[in-house]
Amino acid sequence: MTGRHEAWFDEAAGPLVRPYAVTGGRTRSDTLGLDLITLVVAMRSAAEAAGMEPEYGRILRLCQHPTSVAEVAARVDLPLPVVKVLLSDLIEQGHVLFRTAAPVTETPNKHVLQAVLDGIRKL
Amino acid sequence: MASGSSDPRRRTLTATAVKIIIAGGFGVGKTTMVGSVSEVAPLRTEEVITEASAGVDDLSGVQNKKTTTVALDFGRITINPELILYLFGTPGQDRFWFMWDELSRGALGAVVLADTRRLDSCFAAVDFFESRNLPFVVGVNCFDDGYRYTAEEVSQALDLDPGVPMLLCDARDRESTKQVLVTLLEHLMSGSDDLAASIPFAR
Repeated sequence: MTGRHEAWFDEAAGPLVRPYAVTGGRTRSDTLGLDLITLVVAMRSAAEAAGMEPEYGRILRLCQHPTSVAEVAARVDLPLPVVKVLLSDLIEQGHVLFRTAAPVTETPNKHVLQAVLDGIRKL
Repeated sequence: MASGSSDPRRRTLTATAVKIIIAGGFGVGKTTMVGSVSEVAPLRTEEVITEASAGVDDLSGVQNKKTTTVALDFGRITINPELILYLFGTPGQDRFWFMWDELSRGALGAVVLADTRRLDSCFAAVDFFESRNLPFVVGVNCFDDGYRYTAEEVSQALDLDPGVPMLLCDARDRESTKQVLVTLLEHLMSGSDDLAASIPFAR
């Protein structure tokens, strides 16, 4: 899969029902490195999302606040790889911002650990 | 300022997410533990993995790729507006080992949940985290009908490194799960002392 697929569907495509029909058969979206806990947030309001393709609209409504990729997938009830593809589309179109977790090699710093510790104690 | 701007186009994203892995054998109470502290009912997502048949699944030379769906259960704790903690349960079945690498990549640390009725079911998790150098603690889930061993007995049975914290817990109980997570965080911080020297304001 190379190249962009911004307009893989049109009105003639009909209702989007099957997970991999939703993605136009694409299953790989590794270019952005989206991970389970990559955070995403919509750059469009829920109202604006209403005019979009249903799956895109649902995702935009779900991430009005920073939300992880895994959580979006769980709440739209689509497999993770499918949601990664859809999110990649939304990111490329400027509808969604994303922020990946700290690089793998980076040892978590003490500020983060202390904040997590304090947060758990306060639960 | 992470979100919530009235104009979505002006939103920025400064929040970060971290994760802790809850591991252990099938049916040991991982999802129960996640649910006991999560601010949302445990969520489930399905990862789909395409892998070449190999190892134990090798069908005598048949090299077809196969697709496997693995369900992941997880929960969320919003630490503050800038920091979200996710707790991921590992898939319990051994045949989903390939998921553990992805799950543990970038994790702060792990909890190995042990069941004294089937202690051997968590050997694999202990070995995995030791081999990946991912810090972990062991929580011995005290099932009502499980034989009560002392923490020392379990520690010996698991042949744990003396530095690995171990505590008895009840995965259903919020305070007990909090104590397990606090123990893990304290363990992580004690191990990051060298690092702390290079970071201003650390402790």
